[in-house]
Amino acid sequence: MINFIWFFMIAIGFVFAVLNGRIEITTQAVINSSVEAVELCMGLIGIMALWMGVMKIAERAEILNILSKFISPIMHLIFPSIPKNHPAFFPMVMNITANMFGLGNVATPFGLKAMEELQKLNKNKDKASNEMCTFLVLNTGAIQLLPVSILSLRAAYGAKDPTDILPVIIFSSIVTNIGGLVVVKLLERLTLFKT
Amino acid sequence: MVLYLFKLASSTLILLLIFLIPAYGFYKKLDIYSIFIEGAKEGLLVVVRIFPYVLGMFIAINMFRESGAMDFFVKVLTPVTGIFNFPTELLPLAIIRPLSGGASLGLVADYIKNYGVDSLLSRMASAMYGSTETTFYVLTVYFGAVGIKKIRHSLLAGLFADLIGIISSVIFCRIFFG
Repeated sequence: MINFIWFFMIAIGFVFAVLNGRIEITTQAVINSSVEAVELCMGLIGIMALWMGVMKIAERAEILNILSKFISPIMHLIFPSIPKNHPAFFPMVMNITANMFGLGNVATPFGLKAMEELQKLNKNKDKASNEMCTFLVLNTGAIQLLPVSILSLRAAYGAKDPTDILPVIIFSSIVTNIGGLVVVKLLERLTLFKT
Repeated sequence: MVLYLFKLASSTLILLLIFLIPAYGFYKKLDIYSIFIEGAKEGLLVVVRIFPYVLGMFIAINMFRESGAMDFFVKVLTPVTGIFNFPTELLPLAIIRPLSGGASLGLVADYIKNYGVDSLLSRMASAMYGSTETTFYVLTVYFGAVGIKKIRHSLLAGLFADLIGIISSVIFCRIFFG
């Protein structure tokens, strides 16, 4: 699947670069990818190390046990096959909460930690589990209470009320989440996606 | 004012977490500093592990975009969006959104510049950006970090969720501001 998508984008890109006479620009863009990837990862290293460090303390101090009492039954409903009090729940909840407040930088370390925990439960280590797919859909459709970048952008361009878009974003992301959950739970049953 | 309060609340939350978690560890007489260092080291390794995946994805996305292939797909899909009463101007954003967060935020800024910040179209663009995610990025990074190669239905489901977000943004904007 991933091989197909990756090759599809590269092959189509190559054909169009030749047809459009954009060979030089495309070549430059490919070379720039390496710079962009380094810049992104450099930006990520510090914040990742910071939160993984704090998370480690949370893990050893067993803050999870306190928190799991407050974790809404919704999480158990969405992930019925993950045992109660499993260490995957804490980073998952933190990831979703951080996304709600528009803290993308904070969300990523928690999300990766959650993936690590889910991988421990996963029987086939190179194949995504149903729980991983469900978590990623929840993550990509994350309910946004505070989309900081959009609010700042609207404020910067002098919107009358930069926050008047919030109800739309909140409603729309709730719909996205519910829809995404339904789709992911339906697709996981298809034999096409079993392997 | 509301924006300022929101920002204050979220930064307070961060500081509070960084204070409360070690405080609780300290109370439990843990070796909190060494534990922090151990975790920070793991964080560094995670980034090193995901780097090749990020690079691989950037190459494919940049080639797809800069070769003009993406513009072609936008053109082909434009008549289809007309049927569904979807504003065709927003199609480029709908296509770029799952691929690149930076590029789509740039596009939103572009709509705001061209159509005015409080226009319906700019609001729709803002809502679309706010209620969806850079699905390709999230999948590559998250699966890359744990070495998953068979991604199963995750991409299709993620893109479907994005589609739902895009359509519902348009509908809710029409209801609220139309």
